[in-house]
Amino acid sequence: MTPAAALGAIGRATASGFGALGRFVAFGAQALGWALRPPLYWRETLTQLVLIGWLSLPVIGLTALFTGAALALQIHAGSSRFSAEFAVPSITAIGMVRELGPVLGGLMVAARVASSIAAEIATMKVSEQIDALRTLAVEPMQYLTVPRLLAATLAMPVLVAVGDAVGILGGWAVGVTRLGFESSAYLRNTLDFLEFWDVASGLVKAAVFGFLIALAGCHAGISAGRGAMGVGAATKSAVVLASVLILAANYLLTEAFFSA
Amino acid sequence: MIRVTDLSKRFGPKTVLDGVSFSLAKGESLVVIGSSGSGKSVLLKCLLGLERAEHGEVQIAGLRNPQPRAVAAQVGMLFQGAALFDSLPVWQNVAFRPMRGTGRMPRQQARDLAVDTLARVGLGPEVADLFPAELSGGMQKRVGLARAIVGDPPVLFFDEPTAGLDPIMSAVINALIRRIVTETGATALTITHDMRTLRDVADRVAMLHQGRFHWQGSAAEALTTEDTVMRQFTLGQVEGPIPTLR
Repeated sequence: MTPAAALGAIGRATASGFGALGRFVAFGAQALGWALRPPLYWRETLTQLVLIGWLSLPVIGLTALFTGAALALQIHAGSSRFSAEFAVPSITAIGMVRELGPVLGGLMVAARVASSIAAEIATMKVSEQIDALRTLAVEPMQYLTVPRLLAATLAMPVLVAVGDAVGILGGWAVGVTRLGFESSAYLRNTLDFLEFWDVASGLVKAAVFGFLIALAGCHAGISAGRGAMGVGAATKSAVVLASVLILAANYLLTEAFFSA
Repeated sequence: MIRVTDLSKRFGPKTVLDGVSFSLAKGESLVVIGSSGSGKSVLLKCLLGLERAEHGEVQIAGLRNPQPRAVAAQVGMLFQGAALFDSLPVWQNVAFRPMRGTGRMPRQQARDLAVDTLARVGLGPEVADLFPAELSGGMQKRVGLARAIVGDPPVLFFDEPTAGLDPIMSAVINALIRRIVTETGATALTITHDMRTLRDVADRVAMLHQGRFHWQGSAAEALTTEDTVMRQFTLGQVEGPIPTLR
């Protein structure tokens, strides 16, 4: 390949990437516009709250439990080098509620929910169900996208709050059984050092991640190509896009919330 | 009731519809035939407002080039694969338009309407609570038909209504379509490859070929005409003006 051809390929890939980003942003703006117009399909929204929120609880709980436990062990290993083991409860709690709870919870929900939304909507597109909605006087953005966006945005903070509590519990279990902490002292140390904004910032992040997860899933589903391959590609791109967006948004939100 | 004037639609360099014009009087049943890829489904999507034509005009029930939502109030549509919503039971599929589309019919009233409409297509109330995945292909088509006719829209579109069905079930669906169209006085447009549908459903037949209505006439004429394109299609001949590699 000549240098000119290589530059051309890079240019085309860059333009294509910006094009895709532009379409995604336009889709998000369109979805928000539809969210402001009546009617709200509240029955579909409640169904999605169950599918996205309630049914994600086990995976969030298990992820948080093991993460909190491992985090306590790591912090103990690090802090013991300079005799600061007393910081294990507070740093475990802060680490969970500010970062690991929302980010790992977001990634797990992205894997579970963005893929499922994308596959469902892509299959609906392939089997002409999206066209059928339009012929029945229902706007697909309003019927499919808005309930999922709303449900994911509302469910994620609740899921992450539960995950935070379970993660702290995981740290406490390891602290008490493996690291020699006294139970009530561990909990008191956790609560004394945890501030409102530590928890609230994580929950705000969670709401943003929930919105991005549902948006990535819906966008990939509605933009899906034809046939089984189109459904597969939509599912994959939904998970990849949602995961990258979560990590990027996490950095930006952390900068906004905590930079000096 | 339906008037289409000089409708043209391209996908990239390929011209799919090239100046299609026809009109359909109230209560008339037109069957559009044509080879695979001839643009029949695109024509239907342009009429429904799901595809935007580059040129031409569509009038349905007095509406000029209407948006899908405006068309939806006037048109019932049976899709090729029925396109039932997997996540909803049969009765909610049938009552989808009155519950979620043009109206907000109360749940019990919508269910009663769905059960009544299912009866019109030969399905009993025991089917109402099943999900589409639990139904055979023929039953799914009947449910799709029930969803199309609920509320008795003045215009009905049928996209390949017998595709994927055995000959007996095809005859049943054709008879249902004919009966419903006659009973309700709806204007019907059916797209098909099936010669039996042509015989059973059509008042008038049009052959879509090279982006235009190449031939129009009655169902009887369609089967006896000497037109080479029509003869190749209706007799299923390999040799003729319609290319077989497409």
